[in-house]
Amino acid sequence: MRRMALPLIAGLALFYLILPILVVVPLSFSSASYLSFPPPGFSLRWYRNFFARADWLSSAWLSVWVGLAVTVLATTLGTPAAVALVRGRFSGKRLINAVILSPLIVPGIIVAIGIYFFYARLGFVGNPVALVLAHTCLAVPFVVINVSATLYGFDEQLEYAAMSLGASPWGAFRQVTLPLIRPGVLAGALFAFVTSFDELIVALFVSGTTAVTLPRRMWEGIRFEIDPTIAAVSTILVALTSGLLLSAELLRRRSARLRTASPARAEW
Amino acid sequence: MKVSAPAFATRRRQRRNIFVLLLPLIAYLGIFYAYPIAAMMFRSISEPYWTIEHFAKLFREGIYLHVLWMTTEIATGVTLAALLLGYPVAYLLARLDRAKSNLLLILVLVPLWTSILVRTYAWMVLLGRQGVVNQLLLAIGVIDQPLRLLNTTSAVYIAMVHVLLPFMILPLYGVMCGLDEDLLRAAQGLGAAPFAVFRQVWLPLSLPGVFAGCLLVFILALGFFITPALVGGPRDLMIAVLIQQQVDLFNWPFASALAVVLLAAGLIVFTVFERSLGVAQLFGRVPT
Repeated sequence: MRRMALPLIAGLALFYLILPILVVVPLSFSSASYLSFPPPGFSLRWYRNFFARADWLSSAWLSVWVGLAVTVLATTLGTPAAVALVRGRFSGKRLINAVILSPLIVPGIIVAIGIYFFYARLGFVGNPVALVLAHTCLAVPFVVINVSATLYGFDEQLEYAAMSLGASPWGAFRQVTLPLIRPGVLAGALFAFVTSFDELIVALFVSGTTAVTLPRRMWEGIRFEIDPTIAAVSTILVALTSGLLLSAELLRRRSARLRTASPARAEW
Repeated sequence: MKVSAPAFATRRRQRRNIFVLLLPLIAYLGIFYAYPIAAMMFRSISEPYWTIEHFAKLFREGIYLHVLWMTTEIATGVTLAALLLGYPVAYLLARLDRAKSNLLLILVLVPLWTSILVRTYAWMVLLGRQGVVNQLLLAIGVIDQPLRLLNTTSAVYIAMVHVLLPFMILPLYGVMCGLDEDLLRAAQGLGAAPFAVFRQVWLPLSLPGVFAGCLLVFILALGFFITPALVGGPRDLMIAVLIQQQVDLFNWPFASALAVVLLAAGLIVFTVFERSLGVAQLFGRVPT
């Protein structure tokens, strides 16, 4: 009896976790014009509707461009910082680390209204650049975490060897270190993109009426649009983010394996 | 102290290099993250003039006290529910062999990777008046008219526990994976019954994961916005939703005061319970 109780609860909990996705994905392929379950028939009309409507499509493109800009900016800022945090010994390191990682745990609403008041005064609300600048703060911790993880297994002697053979410090970093930590940098970049692409709370305040991202567009339609178009958008998002982050996870595991030779424990 | 001159110079150069690497990010976060948040919090006492009136109002008026109470109550309830559901999952994942546990881990990771907005929307589809749950219950004849499931406190719990459950499972799983199986075998070999092994060996050793998971879920739940805003009823006002409403009413200093209270609550809980666990451990293995 006791032996069965535990797997039973675990099974139910896992079912509960996956249930919403199991419901939304089939609904997006429904032929009915309302959310009836199970769907009466198969159709792609809600996907066609999404791709035919200018407001949805322009929001999707904006999210892609903002996400790409955030990816570049966050990776450029985060990678060197991760090197400094892993290699360096200096006072205040714990504090700096905590500040860099804090967006992971500080409530989104606090970051959002702080940034909103700031940009409102500068007349910057509704500008996609404002979104890029804000999302980068939220994306940087993922870059730092992923790059740090690959750096911990890195043998610094390799860099000294390169330098003793005549490479400059920057040359040694670019030609020796960077190729070896590339999986971490790529994983961080993927996380950075998804962080921006999915972000709603900051966008809710900073988008204004002129820089409406995809999550923001969804938020506006979510209460009033009862046809399955949003289910189709949701399905696209689930597929996209799962695909990207699964690649990040695999990159991370592969680099851990390369580093330690023994099979790495699952990390997250 | 004998430090040779070249070594000293090298160390100074290294220090300068570290500084050059770190400075761009520090400057960036200072300008676009820390300063705006600090300035926002400063508003709560400096506008329209120097005053603590915004904080006094918060603790004086019943409606705001209700919000603070609801927020704490929901965050606590969600944490406990997530622990009760998450612990068995983490235990199962840790005891299965790697191939099976990796497969099941996907069921935890895909929801985690899916945006909160999408997951909340899915719960709205499930729980709505014409939603999937009501349709099924009507079809099998358990009820003869649709139940009100959405915009209730239960809906807030169902959707929030769902969103936060992976944040409970993953720290628990991380700690449990590191447990030494030999200890379990030793206890068994010394004659302990399976349940005694669990209670006296496994459970105490998994406590760091329990603390980490509960801390993370509780703090994240305190500041939750999207889910309670969409599936909660008028009585289930959480502090983050109230903040947004006050911003919309151009009540910025009061919204800032609420934000200060929320941040302070999170910080207090964190510093009280952090102890041996760094922030980074909560989000993966990044030693500080």
